[in-house]
Amino acid sequence: MSMEVPLDRAPITERFGEAIDDLGFAHGVHSFAAPPEMIVEFCRFLKEHPALRFNFLSDICGVDHYPEMPRFEAVYHLYSLPNKWRVRIKSRLGDPPRVPSVIGVWRTANWHEREAWDMYGIRFEGHPDLRRIYMWEGFEGFPQRKDFPLRGYKDKLNPFGVEGTPPTQPDLATKNIP
Amino acid sequence: MTEVTELSRPEGEALDTREVLLNLGPQHPSTHGVLRLVLELEGEYVKRVDPHIGYLHRGTEKLAESFTYTQIFPLTDRLDYLCPPSNNLAFALAVEKLLGIEAPIRAQYIRVMMAELARISGHLLITGALPLDLGAMTALLYAMREREMIMDLLEMISGARMHTSFCRVGGVREDLPDGFIPKIRAFCDIFPNRIRDYERLVENNRVFLNRTQGIGVISAEDGIDLGLSGPNLRASGVDWDIRRDEPYEIYDRLDFNVITRNEGDCYARWQCRVEEMRESVRIIEQCFDQMPEGPFQIDMPTIAFPVDKDKVHCSMEALIQHFDLSAYGFKVPKGEVYSAIESPKGELGFYIISDGSEKPFRMKVRAPSFVNLQGLFVASNAQYLADMIAVLGSFDPVMGEVDK
Repeated sequence: MSMEVPLDRAPITERFGEAIDDLGFAHGVHSFAAPPEMIVEFCRFLKEHPALRFNFLSDICGVDHYPEMPRFEAVYHLYSLPNKWRVRIKSRLGDPPRVPSVIGVWRTANWHEREAWDMYGIRFEGHPDLRRIYMWEGFEGFPQRKDFPLRGYKDKLNPFGVEGTPPTQPDLATKNIP
Repeated sequence: MTEVTELSRPEGEALDTREVLLNLGPQHPSTHGVLRLVLELEGEYVKRVDPHIGYLHRGTEKLAESFTYTQIFPLTDRLDYLCPPSNNLAFALAVEKLLGIEAPIRAQYIRVMMAELARISGHLLITGALPLDLGAMTALLYAMREREMIMDLLEMISGARMHTSFCRVGGVREDLPDGFIPKIRAFCDIFPNRIRDYERLVENNRVFLNRTQGIGVISAEDGIDLGLSGPNLRASGVDWDIRRDEPYEIYDRLDFNVITRNEGDCYARWQCRVEEMRESVRIIEQCFDQMPEGPFQIDMPTIAFPVDKDKVHCSMEALIQHFDLSAYGFKVPKGEVYSAIESPKGELGFYIISDGSEKPFRMKVRAPSFVNLQGLFVASNAQYLADMIAVLGSFDPVMGEVDK
């Protein structure tokens, strides 16, 4: 809840300068905004810098800001076991949403990224096994997107769903291909 | 025919073997729910494991986006359904941070006491279930006897045995009932001896020891890399407990030890949980000794129902607020928060983005069991198929939380 020693931001500004946006400290977590192409580099830096050592990846989640554009965002929550700091990295993604996978930095990213792919259709490039995790193979659409109806689409498995079909996404096949 | 030629193969030439895919679950007594493991076997050894989850997926996060904050409490009950009070607490804390409020001290004690009761009840199940998976049935029967006492205590507080939904934003639903403290004191008096009984049931059980010691070992580095938390990580020697390191509620006033083991095997994970129950009893004892008198709910009529119902009957303003609160819920200021607690399974975090309305714009649950299950990738490596049961059981996954 409380950071006894506040996070030392000097190494981050020194290394990345203007490329990483500092969103400030709120509710015990320090937030940064990073462009998707810098995510892996930034994460690796946070993990390996001797003064920071963010060695624990708590969570990765997708966010859909529909109808705001660009609508998708990937949010990473990091924890530093030695320093007891928490950091949030937010990254706005284009449409179709793509972001490099951080599985090479923390293996735990595996299922978090699969979940974000399954629920939001965020494609984590370089993920070795980007399959759906909760929904079954062959499920169409990404259920946690804001334009996906809460009751789902009507089909033979779901008689109470709304009429219609999920919007087709020419670039993003809904099949389980990485 | 082929077998004959296989047997007549000259000595020294390698046997032509092939991998076998074995499907464990989704309906299998040892998976503690509906979990399907696709195992790639080489002889008796597990080469690769691919857990298939999602059989219990209820879309909690999506549902939460259409519920008001108070309505979400029953949803959180059903995440880790063995210890609902912890989930309620985690969610309430996240919303309270966004609102910038804190529950009254008495409410905090009640919440912590319930969360620790829930921790004991959750750990009791695995204390008994892991030996059961390995063929020792007695421990579960004893564990269930004590779990029943906790159920009765929770029922006395909230009226519900499992899905308590007792937390509210800004406090708890009601004050403790009369005669509760003597009952919980009696429980705390007898329970440590009962823990000793469970240990005695298995610590000389050669079958249990041989099947858990040195099985499914995870090193500290692997554990951190895989995102394990809670007893699963502490069993690998990582001294990390959110209750102590980022104290929430009144944990900074309590005296308790963080239990760690260095072995990182199934037995260490089991032992960690048993020891943690002892610490939980200590915490509960301190809670009811220190608990002050006072309100159990914050005095903010826009967020919590007034304790003094007469106000609603006499004052127009209070009536309007009461109606507003029950009909529409309360608004939460724009912002985002990530708040984590030490749930019985590990780091339970709620990430909430509020757009300023009565419903969360996005609620993400960082479910500890979901992440802990990834420990299987390392722990199952080159284990016997039969040991997979012990490995899986020792992670104590609760599928309600894995599948959300």
